[in-house]
Amino acid sequence: MSFDDWLLVLHVLAAFAFVAGMVVFWMLIYAVRRTDTPEGTIRMEPIVKVGSAATGIGAGGTIIFGIWLAFSVGNYDIWDPWIIAALILWAATGAVGGRTSKEYLAGMTKAKELEHAGQAGPNAELLALNRTQSGLVLHTIGSVLLLLILIDMIWKPGA
Amino acid sequence: MSTLLAVSRPTEWNFPLFVHVLGAMILVGGLLAGASSIAFARGDTRFLRLGYWTLLFVALPGYIVMRIGAEWLYMKEGWDDLPDSAVPVWLDIGYIVADAGALLTLIALIVGGIGVRRLRDGKGEGLIKAAMVIALLVLAAALVAVWAMSGKPD
Repeated sequence: MSFDDWLLVLHVLAAFAFVAGMVVFWMLIYAVRRTDTPEGTIRMEPIVKVGSAATGIGAGGTIIFGIWLAFSVGNYDIWDPWIIAALILWAATGAVGGRTSKEYLAGMTKAKELEHAGQAGPNAELLALNRTQSGLVLHTIGSVLLLLILIDMIWKPGA
Repeated sequence: MSTLLAVSRPTEWNFPLFVHVLGAMILVGGLLAGASSIAFARGDTRFLRLGYWTLLFVALPGYIVMRIGAEWLYMKEGWDDLPDSAVPVWLDIGYIVADAGALLTLIALIVGGIGVRRLRDGKGEGLIKAAMVIALLVLAAALVAVWAMSGKPD
């Protein structure tokens, strides 16, 4: 295997980590929508960390190894339309992901406040935060953007 | 070089490849999500169940989509017209992982399913944890397959 092949392997593995992280967050979104207790919400934190690690490694790895590949492989150029499209989509996915994270962290923060205040029972405000509609919409947009990146990577329009 | 192959890939291979990769990504995501939920359940039946249902309703459909894409691509690329000796190592690795992964995923789902049923009687956590270990094995093997499929070692 050549150096470029290894770069491609790392790029693809990062892409898998990115999508896997998004799937972890889909599972958490499903679970948190039915959670109205501080304990139930806080219990999700370690799984949130798994999802964050996967998306972090995925986002970082795809961009680093992707740009490296664009410069390293003779057939590609960084200004190729499909690579520019991928960069724009990647940046948009990151921005949307950041906003999604903020939406869902509000529920986690509230759960911790309630726990510190000694309120362990079901809480309507916590449930409302956990059922954030904008969070759901943002995660859907993020997932669609990721799907578009995959389509762009496979069809390579303009290559 | 695989990267050069990717550049010169016929366009009619793109859709089967998309199906194959998307399915594989969903499979990997489902395995990671399901295993994480079980690993961090700490005895909470809600998370044990969530992990199991994620394996069943995310990882398994992902596997099926991945396999459909794989077979479609295998035929499109004309590998079925060649003798077995001409099939490259990376493709063999992919098939070994896919076949073994299918068997292991099925075992994990059966073992985990029994565990989920037993949760009603306050038992079954051990079986669901066993399903998680198998899922993690399949996840590790899937990553090896990703290496083989994308790097295409000789």
